[in-house]
Amino acid sequence: MYELLVDLGGWLTGPEQWSGSDGIGVRLLEHLQYSALATVVAAAIALPIGLLIGHTGRGAFLAINLSSFGRALPTVGLVVLVFLASGLSMTPVYVALVALAVPAIVTNTYAGMAAVDRDVKDAARGQGMRWHQVLFQVELPLALPLIMTGLRLALIQVVATATIAAYVSFGGLGRYVFDGLAQRDLVQVLGGAVLVAVLAVALDLLLAGAQRLLFRHRAPATA
Amino acid sequence: MTIDWTWIADHSADLTALSLSHLQAALSAVLFGLLISLPLAVVAHRVRALRGLLLGLSNVLFTIPSIAVFVLLLPVSGLTRTTTVIGLTVYTLVVLLRNTVEGLDSVPVKTKEAATAMGTRPLRVLLTVELPLALPVIMAGVRIATVMAISLVSVATYIGDGGLGQLFTDGFQRNYPTPVITGVALTLLLALIADALLVALQHVLTPWTRKRA
Repeated sequence: MYELLVDLGGWLTGPEQWSGSDGIGVRLLEHLQYSALATVVAAAIALPIGLLIGHTGRGAFLAINLSSFGRALPTVGLVVLVFLASGLSMTPVYVALVALAVPAIVTNTYAGMAAVDRDVKDAARGQGMRWHQVLFQVELPLALPLIMTGLRLALIQVVATATIAAYVSFGGLGRYVFDGLAQRDLVQVLGGAVLVAVLAVALDLLLAGAQRLLFRHRAPATA
Repeated sequence: MTIDWTWIADHSADLTALSLSHLQAALSAVLFGLLISLPLAVVAHRVRALRGLLLGLSNVLFTIPSIAVFVLLLPVSGLTRTTTVIGLTVYTLVVLLRNTVEGLDSVPVKTKEAATAMGTRPLRVLLTVELPLALPVIMAGVRIATVMAISLVSVATYIGDGGLGQLFTDGFQRNYPTPVITGVALTLLLALIADALLVALQHVLTPWTRKRA
């Protein structure tokens, strides 16, 4: 075990791992690119759905069951299926990652919107606010902390799962995991896994920091 | 992409065996996850200082790619079912621990004080007051963990296990969609059935929550 850790340290700090077109720097950027694009696309799909369901109160049952369905979808199966249907491209990976992220964002957005006090919404309407004003100026700001939680959760899952891009011959940090697996090189697999975990935790902390900075003027939530 | 129904009919015995093996791996993981997270959650609920540490640690475990967890366990437990179950258990922990802590947090302090004032001992308060009242939130966690574990079993196909996941590698290597579609459909079906059974179980276990319904 100790020897393995020493080897891992050597692998992570070795200059030859960091340079070149298949170095850690390049793989890290690829991994970031896959994760960011998938999360942005997922947010573009999931946020309007969550906001609409939360605002109208309609379709909540369907949305919650649909996201439980999405959670049950096996990512490996989805990647292989889309791969067989569409051929060699990044499409299977993006489809699988977006399918993974959408449920987390929808459920948390809906939960945030549902938690907004009825009286507050009634008061806003009573003041003559139109529906879009109530949605964007009252409900959305109040639901924002939970919406951010959903986005962070989705991002962590996407970063961890983007490893699968390497399974269908693309890059990212999963390269080390799958190459190491093929070469029976445990240190390389371990190195790849550590890098993915560090990236996910770092991104999560970054978003948490941004969230704190954005809402520092606000009194702590009493929920 | 067409489905070859005769393949499914010819392999119905294999498909049943794979489904059962798939379910067994997922359910064992949730069971072990519960056995580990229940005592940890009680500690995290009581000792504020350990709470952040335990929840943070389980969050970090969650970020390690599942394929890497399975591979890392190979020196310990080899190409066995044990590796699959340990790996899956790690993933159920984050959901189970968080929900159990939240469930215990949701029990009103006054209820616990009333039980103590009636002379109930701390362990009995935990077992007969706190845990039952926390059950709806804990069960919500069990449902999420079960569905997640069922969907994750297939990742273990890379270490030669994986239940229905073996259909994915099979279809991928032979460029043959039928096993893949069948595998995805059966995984969803298993998740659906398991979730419905857990809802029924919760209904039976918490009769007081359905009085108003």
